[in-house]
Amino acid sequence: MKKNWPLWEVFVRSKNGLEHRHFGSLHAPDADMALKNARDVYTRRNEGVSIWVVESKNIKASNPDDNGEMFEPATDKAYRHPTFYDLPDDIEHM
Amino acid sequence: MTNENLIHYIHGIADNSMILGQRISELCGHGPNLETDIALTNIALDLIGQTRSYYQYVAELSPKDITEDDVAFLRKEREYKNVLLVEQPNTDFAYVIVRQYFFDVFHYLLLKELEKSKNVNFQAIAKKSLKEVSYHKRFSGDWLKRLGDGTEESKQKTQQAVNDLWVFTDELFHMTKDDQVVADAGFGVDNSTLKSEYYTMVKSLLEECKLLIPEVEYFQKGGKKGIHSEHMGYILSDMQFMQRTYPDMKW
Repeated sequence: MKKNWPLWEVFVRSKNGLEHRHFGSLHAPDADMALKNARDVYTRRNEGVSIWVVESKNIKASNPDDNGEMFEPATDKAYRHPTFYDLPDDIEHM
Repeated sequence: MTNENLIHYIHGIADNSMILGQRISELCGHGPNLETDIALTNIALDLIGQTRSYYQYVAELSPKDITEDDVAFLRKEREYKNVLLVEQPNTDFAYVIVRQYFFDVFHYLLLKELEKSKNVNFQAIAKKSLKEVSYHKRFSGDWLKRLGDGTEESKQKTQQAVNDLWVFTDELFHMTKDDQVVADAGFGVDNSTLKSEYYTMVKSLLEECKLLIPEVEYFQKGGKKGIHSEHMGYILSDMQFMQRTYPDMKW
């Protein structure tokens, strides 16, 4: 049975105001069942307030072989980080 | 209404959850796949969790010095008042789902009425359990649709389970003398009033699943009076093993 069921990726929002984060994956025959399975597998200890599921095949992933051209050009460009000015004291939580 | 009436009434409700919870927990680690295994184990835990509240209340009402564990684990077979439906074996996944759905619809209708009880304990337990049971009903109902309207094989197995388990549904609506006394006092629910809504809901889902509704004239009964099927002894010998072998053991 399992080999007929597609794989789904599960995203859970832990609290209102936070973003959905990738929690893991699971097998399910369709989207409704994937949502129910996700509820049972990933939120049974009160981990979330909202769940997204998406079939894994619909995710386009970058190829690790391309990491050179994809990511390395950014490593020596520290000036792109917003760290070159002083924060006023009144600004909290930065 | 005496405390004894009330205790018997609570057994009639809580023992269903206890025995079904025990039955489904047999599947822990044996589900058809990881996801369904966890879902069923969750349901088993919900049901057993609900019985704790009921049995704590029984221990309070009892003239004897007992705890929830004595109520759960140290009664004899005839003292359990669960319906025959919940003790039926996990023959295959179709049986598990059909048995669950047949019970969930009843459980849901019962708790909706119990929420209006004059007894604050019952109100509180029903309110908390209703959320869990609404989910159980969705889970078993959705699976029933998939199995009934699935492949030729799943349809045939599900129809078999429906045919075999249908004869246990009528007992859900039987009233014992204690049930009647507690219902008349406004504390309990008159189960017979749930019957027509129950069959309307169940039949409409079976039709939607393209399953045939069995036509039978004789329904099985006995569990509510403590007269159980042969399966019950096996369940209890598993369930009570620890307390019987090591009396008064503590975690």
